[in-house]
This record gives sequence, C-alpha cells and structure tokens, in this order.
Amino acid sequence: MPSGVSIEINGLSKSFGKVQAVSDLSFTVQPGRVTGFLGPNGAGKTTTLRMLLNLVKPSSGTATFGGVAYANLDAPLATVGTALEAASFHPGRTARSHLSLYARAAGIDQSRVDATLELVGLGSYATRRVGGYSLGMRQRLGLAFALLGDPGVLVLDEPINGLDPEGIRWIRMFLGELAAQGRTVLVSSHLLSEVQQTVDEVVIIAKGRLVYQGALASLEQGTRVVVDALDRPGLRTALAAAGAAVSDVDTGLAVTGLTAPEIGLTALRAGIALNLLAPESEGLEKIFLKLVGEDVNA
Amino acid sequence: MRIIRAELAKLFSTRMWWILLAALAVYVAFVAVLFAVLFGALSDQLNTGAGAPVELGDVFTLVYSSATAIGYVFPVLLGALAVTAEFRHQTLTPTFLATPGRGRVLAGKVAALGVVGGLFGVVAFIASVAPGALVLDLTDMNTGLGDTDTWLMIARGILAMALWAIIGVGLGALIPNQVAVIVIVLVFTQFLEPILRTAAGIWEWAGTLAQFLPGAASDALVGASVFSALGTTGGAPVLEWWQGGLVLLAIAVVATVAGYLTSWKKDVT
Repeated sequence: MPSGVSIEINGLSKSFGKVQAVSDLSFTVQPGRVTGFLGPNGAGKTTTLRMLLNLVKPSSGTATFGGVAYANLDAPLATVGTALEAASFHPGRTARSHLSLYARAAGIDQSRVDATLELVGLGSYATRRVGGYSLGMRQRLGLAFALLGDPGVLVLDEPINGLDPEGIRWIRMFLGELAAQGRTVLVSSHLLSEVQQTVDEVVIIAKGRLVYQGALASLEQGTRVVVDALDRPGLRTALAAAGAAVSDVDTGLAVTGLTAPEIGLTALRAGIALNLLAPESEGLEKIFLKLVGEDVNA
Repeated sequence: MRIIRAELAKLFSTRMWWILLAALAVYVAFVAVLFAVLFGALSDQLNTGAGAPVELGDVFTLVYSSATAIGYVFPVLLGALAVTAEFRHQTLTPTFLATPGRGRVLAGKVAALGVVGGLFGVVAFIASVAPGALVLDLTDMNTGLGDTDTWLMIARGILAMALWAIIGVGLGALIPNQVAVIVIVLVFTQFLEPILRTAAGIWEWAGTLAQFLPGAASDALVGASVFSALGTTGGAPVLEWWQGGLVLLAIAVVATVAGYLTSWKKDVT
C-alpha cells in the first residue's frame, strides 16, 4: 500500500500580467485524511494546483510533495495522481489507448490500464472513443488517469462536478477509503456542501489568499442553534452559565458556542423543557460564504 | 526510450496517421503514373521525328521522385498536427504530468515523427515506384531499377521525408493553432514556394537564394524533381545532396528550438 507524503505549499504567488491570481499562499495537506480545497470560482484553486504540478510556473514560492518538487519526482504518476478540471482527452482515442500511452510514458505496467478502468466503472467502455463520453464518464476517466500509478497522493480538481447522484455517492466513499489507506487526498471544489460529507479538513481560499485552514468541525463551531422554551428567561440564564452567547430572535433564542446536543443537555440539567431545538442547517455554507467574502446578505 | 514509444503510441492511436498516409499514397501514385505516361509519350514523339533526339534526362528518376517532390507536404502536416493536437485537446496536461521534463517530451516527439516520417517515405516510394515502373516497362522505357543510383535516390528521399516530419513538429510548436498551421503549410508548400522557385529562374541572385528554400533543398537532397527537370527553375544553381540535407536539418532544428522556447515552455492553463 503506497503511503502518502504531505503536500507543502509555501509562500506561493502567481500573477498573470497585472492580475494577481495567487498571493503568498501557504498551507500543508496531511496524509491519511481527505482535505477539501475550497473557494469560489476564480479564487485561484486551479492555478495553485497547476503550480503544484509544474504546469504553471510560480511567480514566487514553492510547492512540494514531502519536500520534492513535482518536476524532480522519480516516478511522478506513481507518486502523485492528478485529475484536473479541464478534461484533457483526444476525442479520437479510446479510454484504453488514452491510459495506455501515459502508462507507457511513465513506465507503469500496462496491466494497470484495465485495472483502473474497472475500478472507476468504465470497464465495459474501454474500447469506445472518448469523444462519445458523457461528462460523468469523462470525470471517471480522469480519475482512472489519477489512479494509474497507484499513487500515495491524489490531487483532484472538482472531481464531483458532472457526476450523477450514484457517482457522487461512489466517489465520496472511494475518497474516504483512499484516505483511510494512508494516502494524501486533496479535493478542490467551489461548493462546500458538495464535499462537506467527504472531507475531514478544509483549506479555504478567496481572491488568491488563504482565509481558513483547519478541521471542518471547528469551522462548524460558529454555527447557530435556535432554541426556545416556555421558560425562556430561565433557559437564557442556563445557557449563559454554560458559556454560550445568546441573542433574541423571532422564534426564540439564537445560541452560538454550544452544539445542539450540548444545549439539550444544559436544558435538561436546568429542568427546562425545550419546545424548539433547531441547528441552522445552512450555517456552514453561510460561514463559508462569509469567509470568502460572498455573503449576499451581509 | 519509453517517451519515444509513448509518442509513437500517441500517433498510432488516432486516425490521423492513416488518413494522411492513404492520401499520400493515392496522390503520389496518381502523379507518378501521370508522369510516366506523359513523359513516355512525349519522348516517343520527340524521338520519332527527324533531327537529334531531345534529352529529357532519366524519366524514371522524375517519376519516382514524385514521392517526395509532391508528397512531402504529408509528413509536414502529420508532424504539425501531432503537436497542435496536444494544444487543441489540452493533452499537454496529462503529457507533462507523466513526463515533467518538457524538453524530453519534445525530443521524444521529434524522434517518433522522424521514424514515422521515414515510414511515410517508404510508402510514398512504393506508391511511386510500383505503378511508375510498370508503366515505364510497358512503354519500353528504362525503369532504372537495376541501377544502384536509383536506390540511393530512394534512400535519400526517405531521409527527406523523415526530416520533413520533424520540420512539421517544429512548425506545430511554433504555431500551436491547428487551423493556422495547416493553412500556412498548405499555402507555402502548394502556392508560395512553387511561385518563388519559378520566379527565381529569372534573376541570378534570386536563384542563388531560392536554392535554400525548403522545397528546393529537399529536391537537392533527393537529387531529382519535376521542378528541376522541367527547367522551371531555369539555370538556377542547385545544392549538393548533402547540402540540401543540411539545409532541411537546419530548418527543422531552428523551428523546433524556437517552438520550444515560445509555446512549449509556457504555462499550461
């Protein structure tokens, strides 16, 4: 089982002419978990990934895999597997010949070609020309290319885009498995909700700058829970004593700093019966939008 | 080595190579037969009349060399398309992911296209020699197939086709836009250069320059062509075969290095 190395981004910047796409970006991605790389469209995610992969030359800074730049890897495809957003296939080639020739270029055994096609569920389409593939099939072929060298590090740009619900469920499970095997998995997306159930860690960027890195759970701690009870003043006192920030809203009390189960427990101990306990479901997305500066209600 | 094998696999995994090869074979065979019939009839008529026989030179070299004189545009297109397809279909991304050394990739492409260009040359000469020799034999003309010089000419022609394919790689890297490079190659080889070479016959200084035109250099390398035989280039000087080869090689090297520096090294976005 190939184990992953960490991805280290250090002071990375890139400008295209006068446009500063990425500014002094630094973060680390650890093996053994799925890390989400989030930001709105145009935030610099793809540029960052392309710099990491030696496709775009950084204006300054470094991006390495365990200290080794992509260009200096001994066996690039067997170390890092990549699926980038732009589907890069010659439409006249079959899926099998597409994978086969890159396996040949990278010195990977040809048996991996059919193995990865099976793995992503394209086994029965192997000899069909890619020009006739649907978006979802192209995504799967992109993933097959990433898995070709059985790499310890996976860098996937918007891999969920274009997949059907069945495909989404499959890839979520699959990414989790890969991380559980000790691999480094970096998944970019412009939608937090898309990867929310998949990722353990998140790196959030906006306008080319880092705005948050850490566990998804700690990001969630700012989420509000709305509660109410017949004894509203008593509940307020109990929650304040438990260390929560409480404010009044139409439907009751808005609580931050405590999770819903903790609030329930606090109320029980105070002998107060709750008649409303509602975590705001869109809270995480709201925090995300606020972080990236796209909060429309702000 | 494995990068060359991968580049060969790239070429042979789409339909472009055999479409161009089939077109090359049909076109060259047609022209070779046309020349054999035309010059056979022509020399018959000229020599049955009174007076001294007119020296047309060896008709068979003319017939056989249509493989390169007419067919050289096909390996150029193959080379150019092999490079521009990578830009057009964004396959530079997986290519450079599999082989981060970009110079190595381009070198692999040059080697692969050299091999396939040579293969195009072999097929082109089969297409010109087989029907051409048949017609010449039927009209009681010398086929020249017993002559070592004929086979040396064919060998030089195959080398020329290999060099043309590499020139195509250089042009493709220099002009990554697929439509643009096709138009430029066709306009230059089918229209501009023939006119320039014909016009160059008028002035001596122009003829001196025109021998360095790629098509003229290629004809010099092969040692025969319909252009020189029909005298359209007038008394213009012609390079030695090895000089012609060096001119083609120089064009290939300059175009490829320039293409590497301009488009090949750029960011892949």
